[in-house]
This record gives sequence, structure tokens and C-alpha cells, in this order.
Amino acid sequence: MAYDYEKSIRPGKLPHIWCPGCGHGIVMKGLIRAMDTCGLDRKNTAVVSGIGCASRLPGYLDACTLHTAHGRAAAFATGVKMAKPEMNVICCGGDGDGTAIGGNHFIHACRRNIDMTYVLMNNFIYGMTGGQFSPCTPTGAKASTTPYGNPDPIFDISKLAIGAGATFVARTTAAHPREIDKLIVQGIQHKGMAIIEVLDDCPTTYGRRNKFRSVIDMMKYLKASAVPVKAASKMTAEQLEGKFLTGVLFHDTDKPEYCAQYADIIKKAQGA
Amino acid sequence: MSGARLEIIERNCKGCSICVEFCPKNVLEMDVFLVTVPRPEDCIKCMQCELLCPDFAIKVHDE
Ligand SMILES: Cc1ncc(C[n+]2csc(CCOP(=O)(O)OP(=O)(O)O)c2C)c(N)n1
Ligand code: SF4
Ligand code: SF4
Ligand code: SF4
Ligand SMILES: [Mg+2]
Repeated sequence: MAYDYEKSIRPGKLPHIWCPGCGHGIVMKGLIRAMDTCGLDRKNTAVVSGIGCASRLPGYLDACTLHTAHGRAAAFATGVKMAKPEMNVICCGGDGDGTAIGGNHFIHACRRNIDMTYVLMNNFIYGMTGGQFSPCTPTGAKASTTPYGNPDPIFDISKLAIGAGATFVARTTAAHPREIDKLIVQGIQHKGMAIIEVLDDCPTTYGRRNKFRSVIDMMKYLKASAVPVKAASKMTAEQLEGKFLTGVLFHDTDKPEYCAQYADIIKKAQGA
Repeated sequence: MSGARLEIIERNCKGCSICVEFCPKNVLEMDVFLVTVPRPEDCIKCMQCELLCPDFAIKVHDE
């Protein structure tokens, strides 16, 4: 029954800083359950983030955590994994952190297929700094910097990750809590770069500007817009308009993992 | 089927009302900014409230 999350949280850290109804807390719970399911030793697990509301997550976890520079989670995490390949490495952060300022690091970590799990909380906005548009803000949506509606097309994070070379790519939403840990578990077990995109709500800077009267409206929207990949295959393009595909979107077990490749290079250099 | 004890950690609850809205059995209610449990006997222990609470503020105990 009642889940013991507290054993995984640094003493005295709750209540956390996130706004009432912010989905990042739901994602953090899913991550804790997934780490437990995989039996990860917290002394041997690095959780790495950049900057933003989402990036505050590791600070709450009783694990080896790194809160780094904006957009640089994947770069620092790559350093940790290269130095200590035996460590479990998990990145987490937001859409702004991961696909705007950190887009370059994100795609190159995907390209290398380095063994880590990246939980990307996509709330369609820069939450922390007051609601500027991100590369994931839907076209036409309002942000503090697009008061007449956003003219830009979006980055589809999952497609971006697949195109860049990540070998496990999955998507769910904060309104599907059991799927969050299920997919993160698969990501952790996968040997290579795993991207778990969680569509998430920021009622404070996104919801209120975009006709979601409350956090409940945002949660209902996330719930109603998710279409599992299997169900989507039987739907027409028209029926899929404005929906998000959820579940495992891509899984490739053939592409070599980066640390293993690098170990071979070390052997060669040593003349073995 | 009844016999759940719902624990509210008042210090953590931010009054978002997600648990109230997504409870399929209408067990919970908002008292302005704090969740309350007026109908614990109707709880079916589906865990939706605990899973969806962003604030570690509600726990479903089996008893
Ligand atoms: C180098 C640098 N540029 C800009 C900022 C300001 N800044 C802080 S957080 C943030 C955006 C965060 O957005 P996101 O990653 O989506 O996280 P959210 O707050 O939405 O969870 C920005 C632009 C910064 N801290 N450092
Ligand atoms: S500003 Fe948005 S993303 Fe940041 S804590 Fe508040 S709801 Fe969450
Ligand atoms: S466990 Fe289910 S039925 Fe019981 S209070 Fe929570 S949401 Fe309602
Ligand atoms: S979901 Fe959690 S924080 Fe929100 S009202 Fe319910 S108990 Fe309080
Ligand atoms: Mg964001």
C-alpha cells in the first residue's frame, strides 16, 4: 500500500519548492519508484541535472547528485559515465534546459548512445524564469515572450532523440503516473541512451496563459491527449490531430554503446 | 473492501485538489487549501490520489 518515498529523499527537504499542482513532483515519485524497482544502489547512482524548475529534482534525492550549468546535464553526465562506467547515470531536466540552451549536448549524447537514462520533463515552457517560450511551446500558444501567439513550429523531443541516435525512446505524461516508472525502468535496463519524455504541466506560467483555468484542466488535457502507440496504428491522421503518442516509441538493441566502444579503444592503445 | 486509512501530511499539502478530482469514489474534499477525508469508508484503494499527488502529501494505508 502506501509507498515509502521518504527513504529516498534527503531529510528535511519536503515540502519541495514546486508550485501547487506542478507535475514535476509526480515525475519525481515515478523516478523514485523506478530506481527502487531496478534495485539501484544510491551510492552508485548519479542523478544529474541542469537549471530550471525540473532541474531542481536531484537536490531532493538521496543519491549522488549533480546540479550543473544550464543545458549541460548531458555533458556532465557523459563525464561521470566515462570516468566511472560502472555507475548508473540518470539525467533529468526540462524542455528549455534540454532542447534550447542544451539542445546541442542532448543530441550529441544521443548520437554517442552512451549508457544513461534521461528523464525530460516537457511542460512546454521555461517555467522557472516566468514563462518564456521554449522550442516545445506549441505553435500559437501564449508565453510571456509571445503575447500574440507563438509563431514557431515545435521540436518533437522524441523524434529528435530518435533522429539523433538514441536507442530507447519513450513518452508518457504526468497524468499517467504508473507508466512513468514503467518506462523509466525499461530505460534504466536498456544498455545505451534512453530518453523518457514526460509531458508535464506548469499551471503557473503556461496553464494560466493558455486557457487552462486550473491545474485540473491541464491534467485532463494531458490525460485526454495521450494515445498509446498501438491504438494510434488503427487511427487516421485526422483522429490523431493534436494528440501525443505514448509508450515505447523506439527500441534498438544492436547499436554499440559508447563506453564499451571506448573500453576497446583503451585496450588497443595498450597494445592488448 | 473498506478499511483504508488515508493519511494527509498537512505540512506538504499545497491544496492543488488533484487528488480530489481524480478520486473515482469521491472520498476526498477540499477545505479551502487543505484536503480532507470525509468519506474514508468509500475508498477502494485504487491509489490514484497517492500516485498523482505532486507533494508527497497523501498516503493510502491498508488497514
Ligand atoms: C546560462 C543561463 N541562461 C539562462 C538562464 C535562465 N534560466 C534559468 S531556468 C531557464 C529555463 C528553464 O526551463 P525548463 O528547462 O523548461 O525548466 P522548467 O522551469 O520549465 O521546469 C532559464 C532560461 C540561466 N540560469 N543560465
Ligand atoms: S513555475 Fe511551473 S514548472 Fe516551475 S514549479 Fe511552478 S508550476 Fe512547476
Ligand atoms: S485510493 Fe482511490 S478511492 Fe481511495 S481515496 Fe485515493 S483515489 Fe479515492
Ligand atoms: S494532490 Fe496532494 S497536494 Fe494536492 S490537494 Fe491532494 S494531498 Fe494536497
Ligand atoms: Mg519547461
